[in-house]
Amino acid sequence: MLDAVLTVLQVTALILLVVVPLLLCVAYLTLAERKILAAAHRRRGPNVVGPFGLLQPFADGLKMLAKETVIPSRANRVVFVLAPVVTFTLSLAAWAVIPVSERVVLADINVGVLYLFAISSLAVYGIIMAGWASNSKYPFLGALRSAAQMVSYEVSIGFVIVTVVLCAGSLNLTEIVRAQEKIWYVVPLLPMAVVFFISSLAETNRAPFDLPEDEAALVAGYATEYSSMLFTMFFLGEYASMILMSAMGTILFLGGWLPLPGTAALALPGFVWFALKTAFLLFLFLWVRATLPRYRYDQLMRIGWKVFLPLSLAWVVLTAGALVAFDALPGGK
Amino acid sequence: MNAFLADYLPIALFFVVAGALGGAMAVAAWLVAPQRPDPEKLSAYECGFAPFDDARGRFDVRFYLVAILFIIFDLEIAFLFPWAIALGDIGLYGFGSMMVFLALLTVGFVYEWRKGALEWE
Repeated sequence: MLDAVLTVLQVTALILLVVVPLLLCVAYLTLAERKILAAAHRRRGPNVVGPFGLLQPFADGLKMLAKETVIPSRANRVVFVLAPVVTFTLSLAAWAVIPVSERVVLADINVGVLYLFAISSLAVYGIIMAGWASNSKYPFLGALRSAAQMVSYEVSIGFVIVTVVLCAGSLNLTEIVRAQEKIWYVVPLLPMAVVFFISSLAETNRAPFDLPEDEAALVAGYATEYSSMLFTMFFLGEYASMILMSAMGTILFLGGWLPLPGTAALALPGFVWFALKTAFLLFLFLWVRATLPRYRYDQLMRIGWKVFLPLSLAWVVLTAGALVAFDALPGGK
Repeated sequence: MNAFLADYLPIALFFVVAGALGGAMAVAAWLVAPQRPDPEKLSAYECGFAPFDDARGRFDVRFYLVAILFIIFDLEIAFLFPWAIALGDIGLYGFGSMMVFLALLTVGFVYEWRKGALEWE
């Protein structure tokens, strides 16, 4: 009994060791976004609170905490409050299986990829719940659009993951990274890496696919009726899933914690490489936001279903065919 | 507890911790900030109008169509995962079977494309 309690306490401590740095990363990602957008506009960005504005995220957080929690009179109160909690919980829980370095992973389960895929599918529920429970027109339409968009791009993400799994021969994330010791999958599977990156923009509702939050048409989408910490949780959830998608991209295509070829002499620890690659992908997220105008909804659905889906499906067949033809399948007899 | 379940203990606990954190944040704001509700503040947002009616009206059937298509393709992906892992062991026969299955699905996909199920104007 005592053993069990000790195990639980130990695991909880490890979980906090993942969650606290993650929330700090989320906080500084919001600052990084504002700084990078400012740089793209040749502005200064936040620079008043703390040196270089470094305390800005905390000031924002405290401000949100001090706001009134408004629950609309016609909303379903329980579901309304539950929706942001669900979104926030899911965006954190996915991190249980992410290997930030060799053997540095909380739960090294043998179906890690499947777990990530499942969690990112569940994220739709938080948004649908928010849109339904608000009982207001804009959140309802925003949630519908958002859900349709997320499931559409999830299909191509699924096919992209299958191509990686075909090459790696394992669903375990650590194994997938190890399989890239010879060559990162971004080289042989470059088109799939691009499809994955663009789909992850759509999956996290980021620009240029931020139609659910298209303020000219839908006010603030599914989050219109939310205020205070309930809104903050949607916000944190969105940024945490951005970091998650970048981490997934790093693991699937950029060789996770493996050093850049030719820099093994630097002997940087694995998690530094992991962080650098994830930060690079996050920078691309923000760069895209500063550069591209927003898509129209019909264009968005057209790319998802008529371009990415056939392309990624064809690439699954091509990859499998090539691996079988050249007898290069991993794990075979 | 066997080793297989032990792998999943951190995940279960992770859900508990993350859920507790989310709940704590929701409660914290409610406790810290002053709550001064009034009927105007609590009414649904509708660009300055009083909301006309219940928001849960009819919506475009194409959202429903997208959901159905998603289920078909997501199931297909669920079949592809074990196949992708086992392809080295099941050889040409396994490869051929999946190609037949994918070809059938492609026929359905082409049909829905030609029927205009993927159009949003």
